[in-house]
Amino acid sequence: MPYPTDRKYTKEHEWITADGTIGITDHAQESLGDIVFVELPKAGTEITTGKPFGTVESVKAVSDLFAPVSGTVTTVNEDLATAPEKVNKDAHGAWMVKIKVKDPAELNALLSAADYEKFVSEEAAH
Amino acid sequence: MSVVEATPPVVPKNVRKTALNAVHRQMGAKMVEFNGWDMPVEYPASIGCGIVNEHMAVRTGVGIFDVSHMGDIRLAGREALAAVQHISMNDASRLAIGQAQYSALLYPQGTFVDDVIVHRLGEDEYLLVINAGTREKDFNWVRDNTCQFDCKVEHLSDDFTQIAIQGPKGVDVLQKLTDADLSVVKFYWVTRGTVCGLKNILMGRTGYTAEDGFEIYIPPDEATSARVWHEILAAGKEFGAVPCGLGARNTLRLEGKLPLYGHEISDTINVWEAGLDRFCKMEKPDFIGRAALEKAKAEGVKKTLVGLEMVDRGIARDGYKVLDESGREIGYVTSGSPAPFLKKNIALAYVPPAQAAFGTTVKVEIRGQGVKAKVVPTPFYKRPKKAAKSE
Repeated sequence: MPYPTDRKYTKEHEWITADGTIGITDHAQESLGDIVFVELPKAGTEITTGKPFGTVESVKAVSDLFAPVSGTVTTVNEDLATAPEKVNKDAHGAWMVKIKVKDPAELNALLSAADYEKFVSEEAAH
Repeated sequence: MSVVEATPPVVPKNVRKTALNAVHRQMGAKMVEFNGWDMPVEYPASIGCGIVNEHMAVRTGVGIFDVSHMGDIRLAGREALAAVQHISMNDASRLAIGQAQYSALLYPQGTFVDDVIVHRLGEDEYLLVINAGTREKDFNWVRDNTCQFDCKVEHLSDDFTQIAIQGPKGVDVLQKLTDADLSVVKFYWVTRGTVCGLKNILMGRTGYTAEDGFEIYIPPDEATSARVWHEILAAGKEFGAVPCGLGARNTLRLEGKLPLYGHEISDTINVWEAGLDRFCKMEKPDFIGRAALEKAKAEGVKKTLVGLEMVDRGIARDGYKVLDESGREIGYVTSGSPAPFLKKNIALAYVPPAQAAFGTTVKVEIRGQGVKAKVVPTPFYKRPKKAAKSE
């Protein structure tokens, strides 16, 4: 699965675009399996780099979502409340939240698509 | 994401493998450690699997499980029945040759060493099928507590590859591969026959999915195990058979309220609390745990196992707290999950008897929030009864 180059990635398997749209990676959805529940913050919530801001649950497991950068939630993908399986079908399209990024410079510290792909393959080889 | 686990490329040291390990890995299964075993939790979406699909296949068609991590203890000899009676709570004297029963090994306190299926294979021959995580403990317990009987106790856990063929179409799949007439084998009975060219194979109409199906016990070498596994999958193709992992095994057994050792039953939970009264025969001759159970019955239980269904949005998970409506802690969840067939979020939990009535509203604490649930009748799922022949 090629990782889109129009966005940045975290080692916690989230992606974020330059305009602050956040989702989880294809590797994350595949690893979690059937996603059945997504819990997201309300618009207006402040999220902080590296801190949990929501939860994704598969049949088997509960996982925290970590903020790739700090910012304020502007829009929440309400679709996922009733159709969480969309994340399995299209992880790079089924976004979770949009935020107003506090400091765009923070994005520079994140992984490129190529670096993330390398990170995932190295993680698997452990 | 916090929980993103990759299948380890090689099986970690000190983790055991079944003879089908390489097959699971070749099929791309997600492997996890379970009770010291490297086991498939689910097969990849790329071949049409995943916990939900695997679960649904078993409810509506057929699913194939490698359950070779389960253990086996054989008791044989003149006093085998007396030995089995002494160490287990169900009444093994009721078993005809070829019949099996759900039972448990108890500590003197009336709590669980393990739950087991007791098969009567011959006049004086019994096979106990035990859990993976308790193999050594169980074998030592059985051996040490049966020395006074004229009976040989053997640990046969590594002598079989055990494959479960589960679902309403399970019988049709296995029938294609054996000369034995499976239509005459009733639920919780066993037969023997040739399977995939292997002679004298034990086949039990048993399982851990709350569905009809069979468990077969074949030689444990890798080549034979792989051949039979693939032959079963090929025979099941016309019925939509899929390989199933431990993930679906867990959700299937939870829908059917089948206990899991370390969750609903353990060395600190007694038979009455677990609600397994109907498998505990107090009227049979004395057995380990009986005296304590008699006392416990007179005293009454402080906690009891109930089924919960989430009313508000949220999924109860193993270990979460159960609160009463006012927010006071009253118990805990032993197993909780989305139920793929029932399409509800369900759980089993221990609560005081006063809060155990059907319809009682309770809360499950999920990430600091009390989320509403109600006590419901169990099992959550009961398979439809088929006409005559298989029952």
